[in-house]
Amino acid sequence: MAKSTRRTQLDNAVLTPLDWFEERTGLVGGVKYLLFRNVPRDTNWMQTLGAATLTAFLVQATTGVFLAMYYKPDPNSAYESIQNITNHVTLGWLVRGMHKWGASLFIILMFLHMARTFLFGAYKYPRELNWIIGVLLLVTGMAEGFTGYLLPWDQTAYWATVVGININATAPIAGPFIAQFLQGGSQIGPDVLAKFYSLHMLVIPGAIMAMIVLHMYLVIRLGVTSPPWSPVAAGRKRDVEAPAGFGEYREGLIREHAEEREHAGEEA
Amino acid sequence: MNETQDDTTQTAGHSLWPIGFSIGIAVLLVGLVVSWPAMIVGAALAIVFGLLWVRDASRTHAPVDSAPAHELVGDTPSPARAAAEEEHLETYGRSGFLTLATLGLGGVIGAAVVLPSLGFAVLPSFTGDGVETPSVDLGPITNFPEGTFVITTFIGNPKQGDVSKRTAYIRNNGVARVNGKAEPSFTIIYSRCVHLGCPVQPNGPTFPDKAVTYKDVSLTPVQPAGFGCPCHGGAYDTEGNRTAGPPVRSLDRYAFSIVNGNLVLGRHFSVGNVEGTGADAKISRYRVAYPGVHVDGVERWLYPIPVPGS
Repeated sequence: MAKSTRRTQLDNAVLTPLDWFEERTGLVGGVKYLLFRNVPRDTNWMQTLGAATLTAFLVQATTGVFLAMYYKPDPNSAYESIQNITNHVTLGWLVRGMHKWGASLFIILMFLHMARTFLFGAYKYPRELNWIIGVLLLVTGMAEGFTGYLLPWDQTAYWATVVGININATAPIAGPFIAQFLQGGSQIGPDVLAKFYSLHMLVIPGAIMAMIVLHMYLVIRLGVTSPPWSPVAAGRKRDVEAPAGFGEYREGLIREHAEEREHAGEEA
Repeated sequence: MNETQDDTTQTAGHSLWPIGFSIGIAVLLVGLVVSWPAMIVGAALAIVFGLLWVRDASRTHAPVDSAPAHELVGDTPSPARAAAEEEHLETYGRSGFLTLATLGLGGVIGAAVVLPSLGFAVLPSFTGDGVETPSVDLGPITNFPEGTFVITTFIGNPKQGDVSKRTAYIRNNGVARVNGKAEPSFTIIYSRCVHLGCPVQPNGPTFPDKAVTYKDVSLTPVQPAGFGCPCHGGAYDTEGNRTAGPPVRSLDRYAFSIVNGNLVLGRHFSVGNVEGTGADAKISRYRVAYPGVHVDGVERWLYPIPVPGS
């Protein structure tokens, strides 16, 4: 279709810098690949829970980084610094509130996302590894909750951590070692706060980010599953003859494209 | 490689080595509880059978393109020619060496960075750096009336400040006869619940008007019928034996000594159970263990390895 001169000018204004960037990085093509890849036509709103979980994590990461500017991980000033953030720092109440409530939201969304994956059978071949990474993400996510809970350094925080560490200690064989590592001695002392702070804002988030990258790489590589009630057969048909009564051998869980599907329908 | 071939190579012949490997693992786990030598035998079994298993698996899954070169040419070569060709085929090539060298060097550099850092993060917890339990002076023993419990709060480690504030329930049992000698006897129960570590409370009236202080130490008489934990409902009698709820052993106690007429607190230790009461109590004493950890009975086998530095 012919474009007006004005439209062409507009296109060039946008595309020229994009082309300059693409020529040097190839990133525009990568983003296009992400945005325009094929997904099953009968995807479901439930399948947005993973992206929602990612968003909740990004909220935690963003607000957490900025909370670290005002928080002091020291037994003598931790509680006061939290009070200061909540009551005096401009917008502190909002950012701390987002971090506090977002933490619960993150955990809840992880469980909902996990339930969706389970109920859709999306953990099956070839996605088993992604389920395993997801379980590790759940564990590290809950470790974030555990280590973050101590940081306000009030009575609830302290005794919840005492109980949490001692629950760890009851695990057979390795339990007491985990507890000993966490509390750094025979009693919970001032070092625990700094240790939990470091775990909470550096060690565990680093691990989570690395695993999220792997998790999403596998989602993109293996494609999105369609819901179990989808009328479309999963996977491409293979050339191998299946034994009688087994239907046909199909490959992967990625659905066929619409044209192939119509073609397959004619055959059947 | 076509798809049919792909299918057949997937169904490998079954190997018996995994059975030996699992026996090795089982011996290792039993050895963990029973004895170190059995553990080493189990580890050796697991390694040997594991290697045999891997060797077996790598044979059945050998890639097809490792066939000798003359088969690809198509004619039937003489044995002499095959041998001559074999000499030209390299086993350990330059690119293979460089690949391994790069990966190996990278691994060594990575380990040189990661291992010391990991050691720094983990080991101090196990070397006793944070443990220091200086003996605490609780003041003259005359502050402890005979036969009644006293809620005693003290700073466990002045360097750590208020975080190390502890509570012990101390009862002066009067004089006990030990090997014919008269010795003062104290029951010193540590307030940490042996379910999951909350502070247990005395169930009974306190007498704040009769409270005494000595330096950082505060002493409040109390008449408990027992001790109870607010967190999950653990209940103990006045000797610290469990009477109800989830705790797995009796309340921990402190060792004590008397220096110049003052009661001085020593290390704290864990207790399996206590028979008898007061000065006549027989206390089954164990190395200090985490709350929730069994120190006696069959369940102690779940915690076979003592934690260093605790």
